[in-house]
Amino acid sequence: MPLLEVDNLTTHFHTREGVVKAVDGISFSVDRGETLAIVGESGSGKSVACYSLLKLIPQPPGKIVAGRALFEGRDLLQTDNKTLQQIRGNDIAIIFQDPMTCLNPYLTVGEQLIEPLIYHRNISRKEATQRAIEILGEVGIVEPEKRINSYPHEFSGGMRQRVMIGMALIAEPKLLICDEPTTALDVTIQAQILGLVKALQLKRNIAVIFISHDLAVVAGVADKVAVMKDGLIVEQGPVDDIFYNTQHDYTKKLLASIPEGAKPETSNPDASNIENTPLLAINGLKTHFHDYSGGWLKRNQKVIKAVDDVSLKIQQGEILGLVGESGSGKSTLGRSILQLVPVTSGSVIFDGTDLTSLSPAQMKPMRRRMQMIFQDPYASLNPRMTVFDTLAEPLLYHGLATRKTVTEQVLALMDDVGLARSAIRKYPHEFSGGQRQRIAVGRAVSTKPELVIADEPVSALDVTIQAQILDLILTLIDKHNLTMLFISHDLSVVRYIADRIAVMHHGKLVETGSTESLFAAPQHEYTKKLLAAIPVADPARERERQAALIEPIINS
Amino acid sequence: MFKAKQPEPVLTDPLVQAVKGTSLWQDAWIRLRKNTFALCGLGVILFLCIIALLTPFIAPYGYEQQNLLLGAAPPSAEHWLGTDIFGRDMLTRIMYGSRVSLMVGFIATGVALLIGVLWGTIAGYAGGRVDAVMMRLVDILYALPFMIFIVLLMVVFGRNILLLFLAIGAVEWLTMARIVRGQVLSLRRQEFVEAAVSLGLSRWTIIRRHLIPNTLGPVIVYTTLTIPSVMLLEAFLSFLGLGIQPPQSSWGLLISYGVETMEEYPWLLLFPGLTLSITLFALNFLGDGLRDALDPRASKN
Amino acid sequence: MFRFILSRLLQAIPVLLVVITATFFLVRAAPGGPFSAEKAVPPEIIKALEARYHLDQPMWQQYFGYLNDLVHGEFGPSFRYPGRTVNELIAGGLPITAELALYAMLVAIIIGVCAGVFAALKPNTPQDYIPMSAAMLGICMPSFLMGPLLVLVFGIWFEWVPVSGWGDLPGDKILPAITLGSGYAAFLARLSRGGMLEVMSQDYIRTARAKGLPEWVVVLKHGLRGGLIPVIAFLGPAFAGLLSGSFVVETIFQIPGLGRFYVQAAFNRDYTMILGTTVFFATLIVLFNLLSDIIAVWINPKLRHQLREGS
Repeated sequence: MPLLEVDNLTTHFHTREGVVKAVDGISFSVDRGETLAIVGESGSGKSVACYSLLKLIPQPPGKIVAGRALFEGRDLLQTDNKTLQQIRGNDIAIIFQDPMTCLNPYLTVGEQLIEPLIYHRNISRKEATQRAIEILGEVGIVEPEKRINSYPHEFSGGMRQRVMIGMALIAEPKLLICDEPTTALDVTIQAQILGLVKALQLKRNIAVIFISHDLAVVAGVADKVAVMKDGLIVEQGPVDDIFYNTQHDYTKKLLASIPEGAKPETSNPDASNIENTPLLAINGLKTHFHDYSGGWLKRNQKVIKAVDDVSLKIQQGEILGLVGESGSGKSTLGRSILQLVPVTSGSVIFDGTDLTSLSPAQMKPMRRRMQMIFQDPYASLNPRMTVFDTLAEPLLYHGLATRKTVTEQVLALMDDVGLARSAIRKYPHEFSGGQRQRIAVGRAVSTKPELVIADEPVSALDVTIQAQILDLILTLIDKHNLTMLFISHDLSVVRYIADRIAVMHHGKLVETGSTESLFAAPQHEYTKKLLAAIPVADPARERERQAALIEPIINS
Repeated sequence: MFKAKQPEPVLTDPLVQAVKGTSLWQDAWIRLRKNTFALCGLGVILFLCIIALLTPFIAPYGYEQQNLLLGAAPPSAEHWLGTDIFGRDMLTRIMYGSRVSLMVGFIATGVALLIGVLWGTIAGYAGGRVDAVMMRLVDILYALPFMIFIVLLMVVFGRNILLLFLAIGAVEWLTMARIVRGQVLSLRRQEFVEAAVSLGLSRWTIIRRHLIPNTLGPVIVYTTLTIPSVMLLEAFLSFLGLGIQPPQSSWGLLISYGVETMEEYPWLLLFPGLTLSITLFALNFLGDGLRDALDPRASKN
Repeated sequence: MFRFILSRLLQAIPVLLVVITATFFLVRAAPGGPFSAEKAVPPEIIKALEARYHLDQPMWQQYFGYLNDLVHGEFGPSFRYPGRTVNELIAGGLPITAELALYAMLVAIIIGVCAGVFAALKPNTPQDYIPMSAAMLGICMPSFLMGPLLVLVFGIWFEWVPVSGWGDLPGDKILPAITLGSGYAAFLARLSRGGMLEVMSQDYIRTARAKGLPEWVVVLKHGLRGGLIPVIAFLGPAFAGLLSGSFVVETIFQIPGLGRFYVQAAFNRDYTMILGTTVFFATLIVLFNLLSDIIAVWINPKLRHQLREGS
């Protein structure tokens, strides 16, 4: 008998708009020492399903309508709250997605770590604290006896996730639910955390349910995979079957959406072109920020060197990918080029003009020629303006349309970016994330710019939508002969779209090279580390890589 | 050059039967309409405003019309809410009082709104040191015991209704400035404002089209909640004998007279008290309802 | 910690200076002197009186003289009560007002926070609506209305408690404390409900539940601390409100406290008394704001480093 056997689990949410069948009768099982991955896009019901098991969904509006969840022979859905409390944290533990918000900021990590022991094991605080120090060491926190008295905000994101893992494992649960445990983390940290979870699982022989939107992440850790869509499991089976012998169309679509390989060699600039003056040349660019958090009168202000002496050239018609982890300064570089943030020193020469020397009035005609696509389609559109208002604004402001022609031009633009013409009078909140990003792309190309800076344009989107938007961007680049700086933390996305790649680390450019050569033979240590950390949607290769990561942890 | 807000739809294309979108304001209105309390509040406020405006024409008796023979009479068919010790009709007096109370509420709030929004927008948009200095000043003013100052002001300069507006407005603008500044600051960091900058829009266009429409929600909510607190402040001062001067009347003054004789003539306390409380209720419910209706978190789902 | 408090105290000095200066010149700018109300006082007596109160000196000299007195803790003699100093009058009224304010604060915090937290545990149910409706009532029923009504019902009709006085009859402190505290209880209830609702929807509360903690631990240990931050931040302003509220309550219940003195002094144009009490109140309020600031910083680990660094 499996450790957990879920049968026909059904959870509904009662909202103003009616009943939402978040989980619509799903069945799965997981055994000791086994990892089940549940994969799906946002809103597929994968998290709700797991939270339903422990009744951690808000009720109301949520309601578990039907189903059975046998855990060691006991039906979790039928147990009273008291028993369930004893199971939570003790037999079944959860690691949540965002380590920044999931730890209580008002209590020390030690206090939070020992709670499961105090309430489930009935041991003294002293013993519990001893155990907490041990587990902190085990999850890779240095000087655990000191750090145990620190507060969550004194840890980095990756360290907090380690604390979360320690907290989940401290009471020796039999089942561990990991809800997107690495989505909020950088790719190099992600690899470490995945290795840690896997190693601890092997050591303790516990069952793991691993929830993720990312098939590539799942490939290395899962034994079984269940693919969810709209509250249903559309396909489930052993990990190799799912990847190598895919049955369901949706799974195929998911796999196809993973950006893989370099883009086809079509718009490669000619060799002669490189000799020409580049469209954009950055020389010794520095953008520093002053940290006023200590009070603006203080003399010892901290200076944050977001962009620190960066030089870069982009040729006409080229797509340059700019890669780096969070805090590397890649977004600031993009904004510095467009003069959206004050530059400290250096020059940004666009088509022969140094933008840093221009007055705001002189800058205005230049702004038409260079545009930006932002990361968050929920924040980058004015919520009080319709699609028409948003798209007509640049056209009218720059005199590219008259009041007579503007409607026609907006409609043409909407056709270009794949929006239904009938949506012209709608407001941003009435669209999905992908559609909103189409509006934002439309706004960026509306002024017929020569240079477009795309700042993580697809990172907030689901993987299938991501692929659509990437293809849209590629089409528009071809159609309008655009030059693009494509900023992303995701190397596989950049590989898919860029001709050349620049890698940023701590405000500095560490390596630049053609996409092909950079992936084939990275020069800089950091680039190597970054490349090694990318998960690929290939279970065999991923397992191999995992093994290398796990070995040292298990032996320690 | 840029007035294409709602152009005439010259959509000849039969495919384009534009679906009319619902703006956030319409969404908020739909949510507000479902909130019975807030709607009732709105109704009461509108009713009171109309009554206050029409008082000189519809009041059943003259304001100063005494009937010393009658004296303080309980409610009757002739005097619905009774009469005071001089035989003056209470309904008439409450109606006239509403003019003063509502006027204080709206005008002082208007003063607060004007100063607060300007101050907050400038501080928030300028940012940096200008912002730091301006908000430091607000902090200092916050620490001052204003209630005590207002009492002092009314004593020193006499009970002057104009001074009262100014004094109350001067207290209430602080919070307004903080709210507006917070809004402008967070909006400035939003990507859609950055997008507007990168489109090359002028500063004024950005403020007018992108910033102000998005600060209106919280400002309206806070305005609705400021009016009752201002009315309360006026009533408080009038009760202490430091506000409106007789023969003018306000609800606070009527209540303070009512307290003196409450043992013998409780209706002289009850009716003005009830009117004040109902008005405060209505405004607070409306404010709460607006806050819920305009809450951006509520509108996401 | 010490440096933090010291630097905050230093910041309070300009605030107090503004208060003192503004009050001083406001009062002096008033039309009509303290003795002009008296009818037909011989000019020589007025002159003698003005000399005694230094009113014959140039304004700036009076101002710096007053500042000097303040530094030495002297508020000067009262204009209205000859032979008594403002210090004596304040010392007489302060214990009563302080006691009243303390009781009112206790009423406000205990009732307000309990009701707010209770309501937040089951939002949008009767457990939420009933205390919150009562809170709305408390907010819309100002103290000058609530007080007389309580007196009318419990003092006059039922004759359960005395209708006025302070410490003379058993139970005469109940109505004033409730009258003064109820408005703030209502406000605190709304604040703590809002704070708790916000906190209870945080991810870390779900973490605490996922650890299998009993619900009361989740609420009291993980929820309350964050939920009460807005309440603590409001305690400073609430104290200022209680002081000015004491004007009304002391008037209604004829309590010989500071608030009543203040209102009387205001009517009597008792310059030194107005000035003295204003400065005294302002100092108290600034100190209480400081105190609630310190607690708010201390309770929040993200801000606590300020205590150590003394910024």
